[in-house]
Amino acid sequence: MNIVVLVKQVPDSGAERTLSADFSVDRASSSNVINEMDEYAIEEALKIKEAHGGEVTVLTVGPAGATDSIRKALSMGPDKAVHVQDDALHGSCAVATSKVLAAALRTLSPDLILSGAESTDGRVQVVPHMLAELLGVAALTGARKLTVDGSQLTVERQTDEGYEVVTAATPAIVSVWDTINEPRYPSFKGIMAAKKKPVQALTLGDLGISGDEVGFAGATSQVLEFNKRPARTGGAKVVDEGNGGEQLVSYLASEKFV
Amino acid sequence: MSKVFSRRDLDFLLYEWLDAEALTARERFAEHSRETFDAFLDVSQQIAERDFAPHNRTGDLNEPTFDGETVTIIPEVSRALRVFAESGLIAAGFPAEHGGLQLPHVVQRACFLWFQAANTGTSAYAMLTAGNAHLLLAHGTDEQISRYVHPMLEGRFTGTMCLSEPQAGSSLSDVATKAVRQDDGTYRINGGKMWISGGDHELSENIIHLVLARVEGAPAGVKGLSLFIVPKKRLDTGERNGVVLAGLNHKMGYRGTTNTVLAFDDAIGELVGEEGRGLAYMFHMMNEARIGVGSGAVALGYTGYLHALAYARERLQGRPVGDKDPAAPPVPIVTHPDVRRMLLASKSYVEGGLALVLYAAKLLDEPSPENDLLLDVLTPIVKAWPSQWCRLADDHAIQVHGGYGYTREYPVEQFYRDNRLNSIHEGTDGIQALDLLGRKVTMKGGAGLALLLDRIIATADKTPDLGGPVKKAADRLAATTATLWAGGDAEKALVNATAYLDAAGHLVIAWMWLEQRRAAEGKEGAFYEGKRLAAQYFVTHELPRIGPLLDLLDSGDTLLRDMDDAWLG
Ligand SMILES: Cc1cc2nc3c(=O)[nH]c(=O)nc-3n(C[C@H](O)[C@H](O)[C@H](O)COP(=O)(O)OP(=O)(O)OC[C@H]3O[C@@H](n4cnc5c(N)ncnc54)[C@H](O)[C@@H]3O)c2cc1C
Ligand SMILES: Cc1cc2nc3c(=O)[nH]c(=O)nc-3n(C[C@H](O)[C@H](O)[C@H](O)COP(=O)(O)OP(=O)(O)OC[C@H]3O[C@@H](n4cnc5c(N)ncnc54)[C@H](O)[C@@H]3O)c2cc1C
Repeated sequence: MNIVVLVKQVPDSGAERTLSADFSVDRASSSNVINEMDEYAIEEALKIKEAHGGEVTVLTVGPAGATDSIRKALSMGPDKAVHVQDDALHGSCAVATSKVLAAALRTLSPDLILSGAESTDGRVQVVPHMLAELLGVAALTGARKLTVDGSQLTVERQTDEGYEVVTAATPAIVSVWDTINEPRYPSFKGIMAAKKKPVQALTLGDLGISGDEVGFAGATSQVLEFNKRPARTGGAKVVDEGNGGEQLVSYLASEKFV
Repeated sequence: MSKVFSRRDLDFLLYEWLDAEALTARERFAEHSRETFDAFLDVSQQIAERDFAPHNRTGDLNEPTFDGETVTIIPEVSRALRVFAESGLIAAGFPAEHGGLQLPHVVQRACFLWFQAANTGTSAYAMLTAGNAHLLLAHGTDEQISRYVHPMLEGRFTGTMCLSEPQAGSSLSDVATKAVRQDDGTYRINGGKMWISGGDHELSENIIHLVLARVEGAPAGVKGLSLFIVPKKRLDTGERNGVVLAGLNHKMGYRGTTNTVLAFDDAIGELVGEEGRGLAYMFHMMNEARIGVGSGAVALGYTGYLHALAYARERLQGRPVGDKDPAAPPVPIVTHPDVRRMLLASKSYVEGGLALVLYAAKLLDEPSPENDLLLDVLTPIVKAWPSQWCRLADDHAIQVHGGYGYTREYPVEQFYRDNRLNSIHEGTDGIQALDLLGRKVTMKGGAGLALLLDRIIATADKTPDLGGPVKKAADRLAATTATLWAGGDAEKALVNATAYLDAAGHLVIAWMWLEQRRAAEGKEGAFYEGKRLAAQYFVTHELPRIGPLLDLLDSGDTLLRDMDDAWLG
């Protein structure tokens, strides 16, 4: 099975993060890592390859610095990578990013596309759906379990209430949550091998996309302002004078928790 | 910021000071680059923090138990060791023809430090296995390597080192375990071993013991000792070999590692190398093993320091001495000079100790007659200095935590207990002192010591403002050494060997601080200020300790020889 895993480099959510003056994510001054959920997508791809054979390709749209994350992804075990990099991409919205990813995916003709369910910087959770639309393939999103039987994919789709079982035939895109598996660590051997794995560089020109379709120029929406979440306040103290229970319930009701 | 260990400091020492990247110019390390070193360090930190640190206390509170049949260990240990084996770290330093990655020692050492800091008890199984595999790689036959080493590298087998016996600890020449040669070329081993770490458990398919024993008819003393491979289960039949667990030792710390009394009862053993060379093979690994112990001490001291520092910044208590207003808010204890004293002292010990173990490890990567000699002289210091002083950092960490530090609610008391072992195993501090003054500084006509002092003085000369006292101390140590050995009377020369080890150790660490100070030259920011501060602290507050020690040595005092133990009461 020809599997492509979408891997995005994001600022480490455990460290200090900020936006640049143009309101794009400040990638230069943050420590960047593989989007956490994408590690689960890589693990799932490797497990499928181990069970059914095939090839795993990592696909990244991102700046030059994203090569670190690509090498790290490759050191977990995938066979090769494609890196779409172009200065014009700076400031791209989810729609434009999806367009670029779709164009790159067409050159790879995958049977299965695996992605994280969301990224920790954008958190828009739309890329997999947009790709399905653009490529005309089925979208099985938010998977907590994936079974492959020939060309038939079955997914347990995680929801707030429980899960749904959905199926589709390949080609398809499956996005995964962190409940699906336990990603492996890169092994020391894998780290050495990753140095030698091919990474194909593509520009927008290679994909037939013009610069004004992406970046700030092509953005379908605009960030006007941003503010830090206000600092946490002291909170409400409930002193139990015999009616503590009632006070708690009315607090929860006032906050619409119950 | 991680409280397990400091990647920032490792990066500084490896790249800004030791220039580890330059090692890649050597053919052996040509496949490597800063990128691969960093990736190895990243993975080590991740595994250490996620799979080792979380059960450090669990292992301490639930030490291994033995019901007469099997040893039970908390399940987290086997999971962590599986992940560790899968990472391939043990084999990483081995040559490519044995499935290794030819990773430089200094980088591998830095990787190991994460595990030793995160969970010394669990990581000990892996370190012992690494030591065992390494010894067999150097001295075993190809067949022994494929039978025993490869499964160890795959994580299927673990290894031990069986040297000590109830009556033979410091003095291995008294080892009494017997080996009798059989017609088929194997040996039958009989005797009792004491203190064997990782001696029995269900963590692996098989345990490969390396056993020091005396072949029937061999001479007394160390020349009569041979080394044997004794698997817990026979490889051919899978049946139990004659290795019986006689009991577990219940320890002060390091509780995650089983420590065993083993009885060898007609166990089948395979000779390693030649008869009579057993201890020589062990000693071949000794420099590395002792750097390993020094590293373990650094790791535990370092993590204790990081915990103390974080606590001191959060804990509010007391007011500045000059502040008379009782209603003023209390201040973080990190502002009190006495707390700073403990933190700064600890910083100087753990970062100084770390510099030393990495320096020593890098000598292994650049073998030359000169470097080998230097490493020989440094080894007793690399082993003993961190064991004492990085343990003191853990002691300070308890003190900084006040009453809380004395409870099991906080991890620092465990670090202290775990670290206490390092002054005992792999040769006690007292034995290291004898090794340094009795052998290392006199061997080759004193060439090793001369080389060490030359290097120290060269650094001191290049560090004008702080180098003076260090150079003076180096000159004094040379003179004292000459005085001690002037009469050629070993008994008299060695009577105060521990004072000598203490003085030499502090001098070497002062040198390490000058080196770090130079590597920080002209660089700005809190990290580099910290390096300059600690260098200054060590030279001005710590180095002067050696004056009285050298005075005592120079005086030729023999109180400890001449006294009568009856007078001790
Ligand atoms: C209106 C708007 C304006 C924006 N403007 C900017 C801006 O100015 N600057 C800026 O930096 N960002 C901007 N973004 C965010 C950003 O570039 C895109 O939203 C992002 O690349 C895709 O969204 P996501 O990763 O959050 O998608 P999600 O749908 O949350 O991601 C799901 C999965 O898709 C895959 N994936 C997503 N992106 C990539 C990628 N680039 N390469 C490979 N796989 C990927 C990953 O597997 C990921 O786990 C903007 C977003 C919006 C909606
Ligand atoms: C937790 C733990 C794990 C261990 N793991 C292993 C292991 O895996 N394999 C193994 O083989 N061994 C192991 N050991 C044994 C360890 O190496 C010995 O305990 C150590 O060498 C000291 O020997 P001893 O305990 O017999 O003490 P002794 O040799 O009796 O020493 C007692 C004291 O006398 C001093 N002393 C002894 N001889 C002299 C001398 N000539 N001059 C001056 N002072 C002297 C010592 O410094 C010490 O202070 C372990 C020990 C412990 C506690």
